[in-house]
Amino acid sequence: MRQLTYLRARTTTEAIAAFTRAGADARYIAGGTTLYDLMKLGVERPMHLIDVSSVEHADRIDTGGDRLFFGAGALMADVAENEIVRHDYPVLAESLSKAASQQLRNMATVGGNLLQRTRCPYFRNGAGGIYPCNKREPGSGCAAIGGIDRGQAVLGTSSACTAVSPGDWPVALTALDATIELIGPRGARSVPIADFYLLPGSTPHREFAIQPGEIITGIAVPKTPAGARSTYHKIRDRESYAFALASAAVALTLDKGRITTAHVALGGVGTRPWRARQTEAALQGQPPTREAALGAARAAFANARPGRLNAFKIELGARTIADAVVIAAERNA
Amino acid sequence: MTQSKSTALDITRRQTLQAGAVAGVAALAPEARAKETAIAPASGKESGSPVAIATRINGARVSLEIDARASLLDMLRERLGLTGAKKGCDHGQCGACTVHLDGRRVASCLTLAAKVDGREIVTIEGIADGDTLHPMQQAFIDHDALQCGYCTPGQIMAAIACVREGHASSRDDIREYMSGNICRCGAYVGIVAAIEQASAKMRKG
Repeated sequence: MRQLTYLRARTTTEAIAAFTRAGADARYIAGGTTLYDLMKLGVERPMHLIDVSSVEHADRIDTGGDRLFFGAGALMADVAENEIVRHDYPVLAESLSKAASQQLRNMATVGGNLLQRTRCPYFRNGAGGIYPCNKREPGSGCAAIGGIDRGQAVLGTSSACTAVSPGDWPVALTALDATIELIGPRGARSVPIADFYLLPGSTPHREFAIQPGEIITGIAVPKTPAGARSTYHKIRDRESYAFALASAAVALTLDKGRITTAHVALGGVGTRPWRARQTEAALQGQPPTREAALGAARAAFANARPGRLNAFKIELGARTIADAVVIAAERNA
Repeated sequence: MTQSKSTALDITRRQTLQAGAVAGVAALAPEARAKETAIAPASGKESGSPVAIATRINGARVSLEIDARASLLDMLRERLGLTGAKKGCDHGQCGACTVHLDGRRVASCLTLAAKVDGREIVTIEGIADGDTLHPMQQAFIDHDALQCGYCTPGQIMAAIACVREGHASSRDDIREYMSGNICRCGAYVGIVAAIEQASAKMRKG
């Protein structure tokens, strides 16, 4: 690990000023569960760390008004345990409580979580590693394509990268049309989450629509009655503390036993949090049964491109959606 | 194994480790375990940009300068001789390094030491009341909840937090909220039983 300087910022203004002074080798750090991990692997090599976890009021959670607001510095554990979130938006609470371990949820923030990097083993192979990775070293190639690709994405892949977007919370936020609030050297702005995550294309090293020096300050989720009938269903190699093989964030409204609106987003299968619009449309007017949902769910994978070992994710992903629809429909019934 | 035997073994092992460690650590460890005694920085410093931190560890005040890159785990083990927290994976995946930071369990291997300035840390060395073991420590002995013991300090620190958080109300709950602590010997049945026992005792007293 390279030598570095450490500064604890008390305000975003102070943090941005420090970043501007330090330049390209600076990184903001909050919980550090991704960044410090990748520094140990030599994948991230910052020379200046600017700690934004002590910025005042950064951990504010506000569930009043017409939107839910989560300060970027709120801990994953605290949002997961928030009573209103648990009861009225179980999809959000479950996406956090089914992620990582309680130790990590006590460290990681809901803002930092949006910037979690992929768990692709070739990416994590590190700076001195023997495998090429276009995300880690642009232009070096992709060892996952044709390699051990069981965990790789089947949606949104390119000839340069098939790495899965690893998050759970971003998937739930994608289903609920969240907005991400940022502040940077050029002022404050907000970005719809649908525009925040970039497809890999020919530039897989560019993952987020965030500019140098910008800090995430918060996440806003418009309130919706579908929140109460929602779930985050996550299928893993082991029952707890693992990344998703396939996951589905589903939120529904029902009328007389038929689905009137459906929010569906997928994790574990795409190169970014994956909104399943075809599935949402196909669920309209259907009863929330497994049989009806399965047909709609398969529509999400119409353009899937599996590799050597990960074709199982297409069927697993569809069944995960279908089960999630059934679970969501039974919530708060 | 009886409790008195395990204590005797522990001291023997600790003394052996101290004998092989760099000068200064051997003199530190007994004081470090006594509450309300300041812990003096011990072994050699890392090279690199230093950060000054002041913290409380197991009730004792600690001030030292530490490399900005250092983890809390390395600070505890390499600088302060508190070797209870273990380095398993060093990537937050195994739980062996679990300590309490401001009352919450964290992975000390993924916590920058620089971040603990002004905060309070409790490690496995700080949970017994004199010679009386914490109910969770006693429960692990009663239920034989370990084999090699390497994960045990982390398991116990995570388990105490698990009970305090209110996540030990059922076996399923315990399994879910202890999933960040891996035991490669597979002592999970005993670990869950130990937490159930200690949970009842901790809630009473």
